[in-house]
Amino acid sequence: MMLEEEAVSLHEAPVRSLNMIEAINDALAIMMERDPDVVIMGEDVGYFGGVFRATAGLQKRFGKTRVFDTPISECGIIGVAVGMGAYGLRPVPEIQFADYIYPGLDQLISEAARMRYRSAGEFIAPLTVRSPFGGGIFGGQTHSQSPEALFTHVAGLKTVIPATPHDAKGLLISAIEDNDPVIFFEPKRIYNGPFDGYYDRPARPWTNHPGSKVPDGYYSIPLGKARIVREGAALTVLAYGTMVHVAEAVVAEKGVDAEIIDLRTLVPLDIATVEKSVEKTGKCMIVHEATRTSGFGAELSALVQERCFYHLEAPIERVTGFDTPYPHSLEWAYFPGPVRIGEAVDRLVKG
Amino acid sequence: MADGPSSPARSRGNLPPLSLHVPEPKFRPGDAAEYSDLIIPPAGAQPRPDENCAASETYPLCTDLVRVLDDENRAVGPWDPKLDPDTLRRMLRNMALTRAFDDRMYRGQRQGKTSFYMKCTGEEAISVAAAFALASDDMVFPSYRQQGILISRGYPLVEMINQIYSNRADRLKGRQLPVMYSARDFGFFSISGNLATQVPQAVGWAMASAIKGDTRIATSFIGEGSSAEGDFHSGLTFAAVYNAPVVFNVVNNQWAISSFSGFAGAERTTFAARAIGYGVAGLRVDGNDALAVYAAVQWAANRARANMGPTLIEHFTYRAEGHSTSDDPGAYRSAEERTEWPLGDPITRLQQHLIALGEWSVEQHDAMDRDLVDFVKAATKEAEKNGILGHGMHHPFKTMFEDVFEDLPWHLEEQAEQAIRERRIKWPDWKE
Repeated sequence: MMLEEEAVSLHEAPVRSLNMIEAINDALAIMMERDPDVVIMGEDVGYFGGVFRATAGLQKRFGKTRVFDTPISECGIIGVAVGMGAYGLRPVPEIQFADYIYPGLDQLISEAARMRYRSAGEFIAPLTVRSPFGGGIFGGQTHSQSPEALFTHVAGLKTVIPATPHDAKGLLISAIEDNDPVIFFEPKRIYNGPFDGYYDRPARPWTNHPGSKVPDGYYSIPLGKARIVREGAALTVLAYGTMVHVAEAVVAEKGVDAEIIDLRTLVPLDIATVEKSVEKTGKCMIVHEATRTSGFGAELSALVQERCFYHLEAPIERVTGFDTPYPHSLEWAYFPGPVRIGEAVDRLVKG
Repeated sequence: MADGPSSPARSRGNLPPLSLHVPEPKFRPGDAAEYSDLIIPPAGAQPRPDENCAASETYPLCTDLVRVLDDENRAVGPWDPKLDPDTLRRMLRNMALTRAFDDRMYRGQRQGKTSFYMKCTGEEAISVAAAFALASDDMVFPSYRQQGILISRGYPLVEMINQIYSNRADRLKGRQLPVMYSARDFGFFSISGNLATQVPQAVGWAMASAIKGDTRIATSFIGEGSSAEGDFHSGLTFAAVYNAPVVFNVVNNQWAISSFSGFAGAERTTFAARAIGYGVAGLRVDGNDALAVYAAVQWAANRARANMGPTLIEHFTYRAEGHSTSDDPGAYRSAEERTEWPLGDPITRLQQHLIALGEWSVEQHDAMDRDLVDFVKAATKEAEKNGILGHGMHHPFKTMFEDVFEDLPWHLEEQAEQAIRERRIKWPDWKE
């Protein structure tokens, strides 16, 4: 029934197959129900229920003072969330696209991230900023970016990226319960179905994917705990979000006995799981859609080198998006798809 | 997890509990739309201050509505720009062409020829009349609904369609989302998908023009929803401080995707009234009245050109269609709003004005519309020779790496080689 054995998420609840939007909506509803301090806000999230429908029905159910639309001001959205957090609420602001989060960066980086530190715990910023991110939908450079590394670089922010509906629900619940600010990036390419990187094949829904089996009711997946998608001995693949599925498809296609780790949380990182795997396989490939230079892959590569150097049998491979803005028409030339990943796998296996 | 509020609401004596106001639009799907409480002052009744007046003289106009075309389709009052019939017909043609173009491109998106499109239906007067009122080399910092400016300035439709289709003749090399044009040779700044960023940029361009003793002015366009962004307020502050030769246009089309104008502050005051706080001139204009738009933009442009500083113009209009091809307005607003909108349709109003002048007829208009459909169709066919979005592979992969910087650093050289190698594997038949 479950993807893996995890004490925190195993319980006797009935299970339904949900897509990622439905799972996120479910998590939000559960937390709204459990905690009257949770409030949801953002552009178009109220009556309309969000441009991706993640907040559909919540305003009707919980009322306009707990689920409401906001002005188009990301700076304002994050700033008022910090203020609400200072009062004692637990805001869950949505930034409609991660590409639009930048006007809110001062409030996130200089304020939310440091509130606990600079006030020595007098004030905290327990917000969870939800935002769809990533490409593969012909969204051009303003609806496709993967800016996670900007946030992992900031002391005091947690960054979470789910890869399945099951994880999206459990991780979002943990993020909302967390007393520190969490950036929760939702890979929009896999909102409606897992994506294996073959854009020219028919889209698959989540229905038959094991990761779509979502227990009813409350469960949480702790932040900072990775998921082993596939056990293997030939090499370790570190990925998150959409790229978990693309890597999985390539590994299956090539028949390589790779161990695939879905990091789920970038900060705090489950370094123990990473180390254990690389020590076993001696080879490591890191995959992310974001641009390469100073991407989170650089941090992962440094960590693996520092901590597993004497186990490594080959140079660490990084497979990433190119260091360009996300192009519109050449999207599939940009996307780190099966060919780019496959070449790296070959280098590691044959190398 | 606590079951109650972490800090219980504090009551103090007899003070009433506070309550949060969340704006709510008047009509939702299924509601009858009825606008009797919308104050529409009579056309011609608004005074026209001297272009060199103190900014404060314009403040009554920030909560009024500058109108020229009256209910009998006559041009009346001090704001009548007294344009000759030829100019009016050209303006009408450009507005109708903009609409015909939008209709065709919208269908093209639905037919899978591109990924995305945004119409400006109902707002044609604003961009077209503004383009007529500005000098052709005044710099425009547009948002994504000013295609009427490009069309009025004679930018080739084929170029626009090439961009929309991201095809091999797209001068933006397929990099940008459809409708995010850039046309420097037509005084049209590169459109950003991020909102309101162009407002301080327009101010900076205007300041540069002033620094260099130029005569050109700058103008920016944003929607009322985007006026909530900090960039809008930064732009106004800088414009006020440096008395920059810039015209700010806020297109108040009532809706920002599903959020009505109340979420940008419209329940409290007008968008033109933002000018008062910054101490710059402000005008509020019937945006569906092409003559009023022309007159207001001309007033503001003349004022800026005379070193009298910035003007903020609110164009009061209605977004007749969805936000974009990705939007379904039927999910959040009443379908009756469009038909009941009390300021009518801008094309119909200008058409009726010309007919009332005896300078136009329904037959001529219908013939023009048919010509425009053919004109757009011909441009579309021409552009389609250069390809449609389709698989997207219209540009040499090397172009993806160009223009990130002026020169290609080593890492982009390497990545370009990688992309080209992948191309040979993934798309062996495709020629660079």
